[in-house]
Amino acid sequence: MSAEHLRLTGVTRIYPALEGHPAVHALGRIDLSLRQGEFFSVVGPSGCGKSTLLDVIAGLAKQTAGTILFEGKPVAGEVPDGIGVVFQEDASFPWLTVYDNAAFALRRAGVPDGEVRERVQHTLTFTGLMSFASAYPAQLSGGMRQRLCIARTLVMRPRLLLLDEPFGALDQQTRLLMGDELLKLWRETGATVLLITHSLDEAALLSDRIGVMSARPGVFIDLVETGWAHDRDSRIVSETAFGAVTARLWGALRDQSIKALAMAS
Amino acid sequence: MTRADWIRLALIVGALALLEAACRYGYVSRDAVIPPTRMFEGAWRAVTSEETRADIWLTLQNVTLSLILSLIVGAAVGLLLHKATRLRRALDPLLASYYAVPTFVFYPLFIVLFGLNRWPLIAIGFLFAVVAVIINTLDGLARIPRAFVRTAAVMRLTRTQYALHIILPAAAPWFFTGAKFAVAYSFIGVIAGEFVVSGAGIGHAIAFAYNSFDNRMMYGLIVLLFVAVGSVNTFLSIWERRLYARRAGR
Repeated sequence: MSAEHLRLTGVTRIYPALEGHPAVHALGRIDLSLRQGEFFSVVGPSGCGKSTLLDVIAGLAKQTAGTILFEGKPVAGEVPDGIGVVFQEDASFPWLTVYDNAAFALRRAGVPDGEVRERVQHTLTFTGLMSFASAYPAQLSGGMRQRLCIARTLVMRPRLLLLDEPFGALDQQTRLLMGDELLKLWRETGATVLLITHSLDEAALLSDRIGVMSARPGVFIDLVETGWAHDRDSRIVSETAFGAVTARLWGALRDQSIKALAMAS
Repeated sequence: MTRADWIRLALIVGALALLEAACRYGYVSRDAVIPPTRMFEGAWRAVTSEETRADIWLTLQNVTLSLILSLIVGAAVGLLLHKATRLRRALDPLLASYYAVPTFVFYPLFIVLFGLNRWPLIAIGFLFAVVAVIINTLDGLARIPRAFVRTAAVMRLTRTQYALHIILPAAAPWFFTGAKFAVAYSFIGVIAGEFVVSGAGIGHAIAFAYNSFDNRMMYGLIVLLFVAVGSVNTFLSIWERRLYARRAGR
């Protein structure tokens, strides 16, 4: 059994009342433990607090209550060393080439030029972007731009990779292929991955374990072990067990999605 | 040259040819408008006259000073207001209606404040230009994608790194737009001020030529102004186009 990498205990997030709007209890209470090198996905209805969960784990937002321990150290409102985040939106810098985008964080961190070159070349080769090193993001497809954002995060060698619906804007076929690439990267880097997604198929395909969240305030209502081999790819979608996993996810989610829709309207 | 540049050139040449013909064949009174060829003669006379050259030089200095001041102060105030959300909300309606205020009414006040020298005119040029820079800086800062701000936090950038490497390049296109407006507004503010209240500069020379019925000199100076503002803006546009061509995937 791998060591515990991330632990959340009693985490909640309440957005305070603001200019006539009442306070919003967005998240929790959340108790969760991720193993070192685990691929964990979070699914849940719209507005259930999935992205809020990612924000508090990353230190981009402070939890209202509870504790978050990353590698045994508390996280509270500041991004700790060793955590990388890829957002749903295209966050590539349009004024920099692919190479400079990938090198950006390393240069700002004062990493020596030689090491920057080595790490960027390795990561761009690894993500299939090396032949586009001198291109600008606007010259790439949406999928390649998202791959660039992943490369820019991976180059920092994060030990915990947080992905907030990184393929949300891509078509289904590209998503499946990107999923394969993500699995490859995950195996190569050995990082722990927490993926936020609204796609049940994506969660079922990629994950070792899936947390199903309730409608707001989001809490985990089911934890599904997929039981996939470490060396898996998108071909598992044709397996019977894949259907069983997605069916279980939907079984847990259906009522919550209806509740979330009713809340939204 | 791009296709748009050729079309622009053709339109200008066509309009000038039409005006030349209209003036020469008496469709337009020569007391009101003179043929463009005469205007160019007037422009050449202005450039070769030592007295008018001094006026042109003075105006260019005043415009440059008001432009530099408006760019520095406008960008700084824009940054400050972007941070001070409540203050920005309070000032938004004032900024939106700013250009309805006739800035020239402050000229007497500026004379009291700065004395009878070039600074009251620079102040008018500055007041004309600075708000365009503030508004465009605010617009650029507001349009920085949230993902960039969050990415900067994840990369644990310092404040200075964030300002230099994210804010500045991300907001640059809008700041550039503000700078182009500032060029035009600085010229307008300084020259209109010279026209109405000053005893020197291109604006004053135009007013003097107008009052002396010297149409050739008056139109010649106006042509020179067109050429000056057009050249600066064309230079800025080419620079901007080159700078952002690849950013836009061209």
